[in-house]
Amino acid sequence: MAHAHTNASGESHGSYGSYLIGFVLAVILTVASFAIVMSHSLSPSGTLLSIAALAAIQVVVHLIFFLHMNASSEQRWNVMAFAFTVMFVGILVLGSLFIMHYTAINMMSR
Amino acid sequence: MAENIMAHGADHAHDEHHHELPTIFGFWLYLMTDCIVFGTLFCVFAVMRNQFAGGPTGKELFDLQGVGLETAILLLSSITYGFGMISAHKGKSGPLLGWFAITFLLGLSFLGLEIREFSHMIAEGNGPDRSAFLSAFFTLVGTHGLHVTFGLIWMAVLMVQSAGKTVFSERLLNKLTMLSLFWHFLDIVWICVFTFVYLMSVI
Amino acid sequence: MLGKLSFAAIPYDVPILVGTFLGVAVAGLAVLGLVTYYGKWGYLWREWLTSVDHKRLGVMYIVLALVMLFRGFADAIMMRSQLALAYAGNPGYLPPHHYDQIFSAHGTIMIFFMAMAFMTGLFNIVVPLQIGARDVAFPFLNSLSFWMTTISAVLINVSLFIGEFSQCGWLAYPPLSESQFSPGVGVDYYIWAVQLSGVGTLLTGVNFFTTIVKMRAPGMTFMKMPIFTWTALTASVLIMVSFPVLTVALGLLGLDRYLGMHFFTNDGGGNQMLYLSLIWAWGHPEVYILILPAFGVFSEVTSTFSRKPLFGYNTMVYATCAIMVLSFLVWLHHFFTMGAGADVNAFFGIMTMIISIPTGVKIFNWLFTMYKGRVEFHATMYWTIGFIITFSIGGMTGVMMAIPAADFVLHNSLFLIAHFHNVIIGGVYFGYVAGMNFWFPKVFGFKLNEAWGKRAFWFWLVGFYFAFVPLYVLGFEGMTRRLNHYDNPAWHPWLLIAFGGALLIACGIVCQLMQIYVSIRDRALPENVDVTGDPWDARTLEWSTSSPPPFYNFAVVPHVHDLDAFAHDKEMGVDTRAAGSTYEQIHMPKNTAAGFFVGVFSLVLGFAAIWYIWWLAAIGLLGVIVTVIMRSADNDVDYYVPASEVARIENEHTRKIMAQAAE
Repeated sequence: MAHAHTNASGESHGSYGSYLIGFVLAVILTVASFAIVMSHSLSPSGTLLSIAALAAIQVVVHLIFFLHMNASSEQRWNVMAFAFTVMFVGILVLGSLFIMHYTAINMMSR
Repeated sequence: MAENIMAHGADHAHDEHHHELPTIFGFWLYLMTDCIVFGTLFCVFAVMRNQFAGGPTGKELFDLQGVGLETAILLLSSITYGFGMISAHKGKSGPLLGWFAITFLLGLSFLGLEIREFSHMIAEGNGPDRSAFLSAFFTLVGTHGLHVTFGLIWMAVLMVQSAGKTVFSERLLNKLTMLSLFWHFLDIVWICVFTFVYLMSVI
Repeated sequence: MLGKLSFAAIPYDVPILVGTFLGVAVAGLAVLGLVTYYGKWGYLWREWLTSVDHKRLGVMYIVLALVMLFRGFADAIMMRSQLALAYAGNPGYLPPHHYDQIFSAHGTIMIFFMAMAFMTGLFNIVVPLQIGARDVAFPFLNSLSFWMTTISAVLINVSLFIGEFSQCGWLAYPPLSESQFSPGVGVDYYIWAVQLSGVGTLLTGVNFFTTIVKMRAPGMTFMKMPIFTWTALTASVLIMVSFPVLTVALGLLGLDRYLGMHFFTNDGGGNQMLYLSLIWAWGHPEVYILILPAFGVFSEVTSTFSRKPLFGYNTMVYATCAIMVLSFLVWLHHFFTMGAGADVNAFFGIMTMIISIPTGVKIFNWLFTMYKGRVEFHATMYWTIGFIITFSIGGMTGVMMAIPAADFVLHNSLFLIAHFHNVIIGGVYFGYVAGMNFWFPKVFGFKLNEAWGKRAFWFWLVGFYFAFVPLYVLGFEGMTRRLNHYDNPAWHPWLLIAFGGALLIACGIVCQLMQIYVSIRDRALPENVDVTGDPWDARTLEWSTSSPPPFYNFAVVPHVHDLDAFAHDKEMGVDTRAAGSTYEQIHMPKNTAAGFFVGVFSLVLGFAAIWYIWWLAAIGLLGVIVTVIMRSADNDVDYYVPASEVARIENEHTRKIMAQAAE
């Protein structure tokens, strides 16, 4: 089996270059998040949306450059498991907020 | 199917890989379950984030400079671990131990900063028993900190196991890869922590 | 030094508990004495307690499940007899303090230690064999899972004799379960037992998902996979996704109790309704974790004993997957009455009703499999047909309660109790017993007695209807759950009938014990021995190897060409075993005691934390960590079975088949 640059499970293990690219991107995104919040340059909801978007992008950067996730067939199940996890966490968080929000309104507890 | 052919190619060739093959995948699945643990804790924090019970708010408590420093340390430790992994794949235990030692110290200083922050808050009477908001905060951030602690213990064990090795067995490389996934995964969790816990609370 | 623990914690003034303790002690000493007398300690340790063989672990899981069934049933019959007595002036024999512990323990034990253990046992025995694998993906973790489950069962039973158990119901709703209202150790026993067993269950989910995805025999694509394996796969997904939520919910409750936090308290901004949301975000997938494998068993049984392939295999698979996904979207129907309002209730009510569609598809698949089949009325078919009828009734009462407006009337009444026993006994339990009857000869090499099996079925079926139909009526008459005394004369006759039903179920359990006893006694009779490994002329790969299978399962990894691989091979005259071919050496995992020790140290940790004995808890935690590190450092974890040994075992089996064919 051709395992020259991948170990048994098909994980590639990156190079100094790819780690550095990931690191630089992560630093830029992190600094951007902190700067947006600390400079108070956007409206509260605008700030919230932009830091959420930056966080989502940074998660993807980490997945690709540090956890070496890719679209290869060896990784298909890993990606699928991750997608399913994200879906479930989404259902749980949005569902709970939906339920707790309406409960709070009806119970006048907020 | 690709994974089938691989699994049984290994089987027929009496390859060592037969039992090692799904290890990383299994660990990845464990990480997904851990991801749900954190997802649930974020969900709890989201529900509790305005329940101050007359206590201090996040805006009054959080020190963004400290959080920025913690973030920088954790991010740096991610690539130093990655460099250690590259040495491992080249079969060089010397550089590997060096990079891991740096990673370990970075992880330790992250924990130190977090403990300092926590003990500061508790000393001022703003511990986890002050309000539901603080309970959720301490539990979410503390769970991440516990994971880092566990990662450090694991790293120490693997450093002992890799010391002096010139050839890394498949099993040892698998263990190093699993810790690598774990360590980078904690970084991803931290992105969500600084965004949705710290930054969002001070908007 | 001993935290909260003192002699006052031993309930020597409660005659029921003292009697139980004496009974358990005598039985336990007798078992230990017999093992010592026959000198079997070494055998037990080497071959069972440290085993990583999935078949052995499966057997131990099912033994645990049956023991816990007796414990849980003892609780059940106490509740039913209390309610048969405790009418008007008669207080019965169980004071509220005791009665509340009994119903809490009944639910907890039946779900976590009976049903989950039974299910995991069936997974262990069947899944690797069905997919043509030699073991699960992580044999050591499998042993660890078993020990975590077992020590949690031990911990929950220790609460009988040291301290008390939770009085807050099987899900320990706050604020009742907070330290303000439950200052004793009962809730702590509950939290630690469930959390530790949750670790085991989670690892089981990871293990079986990896096994099924990565270790199927060559040629077995997903759409050629047996239905039981499909249900094990989906149940594993549900375990991995939902158990972390349970861990967090109970963890937060524990933080409230141990560290004074305010997640679910009345004060400090806590919100007990969040607990309901979290616990049911686990709890609803949990019921599908239990029922899907039962559906898998019925599918295997129906097609085998109807002598036909399963009707609508594809729709069965799609229905299973649809149920898996939908089960995440319905959790609020357990608390429609919480006050989330019409919008929320409408959404979750509709989602709940939608689930009945894929379930209905399955029912029709089983019916059409039997239609025009040559149905053989084996005991497992009795359980299956009993299930189809009973489960349909339970499903329909479930749809009734999915209507939020109706649920406001029925919520927490005995109607609800009748409904979920209807689906859990009529679905889950019938399914697992059918599975035990079906795969027993595979594991032990001889069949279970038919006559006693059918008697057990009739007692269970009739007993079930007598025990639970009255509860539907009582629900309509307004009787709420968890009462230990009542004054309403209209309820009394129905509760007497229900008690009678519970006695019939007791007869059913006795018949099951008799079935096991008689089968072991008559195991050598020619009609009971399974020489070929295929006693039912069945369809899937597990029947192609010998009974009991060799420890490596398959000497030659089978190649799969079609759905129902073994049936296909039999029709085409292919020898799935490839008997007499040249064998190669086989790579196998070595037994290990690490799982056992992690379990024991976890038990110490749990017990110490319940009683606030912190030095002991630290020892337990340290023990777990050190054992895991030692296991990690141990590189001597596997070995090769030489080809000559494989050939010897295989030729022996072939010789036996020949001898029987010659007779």
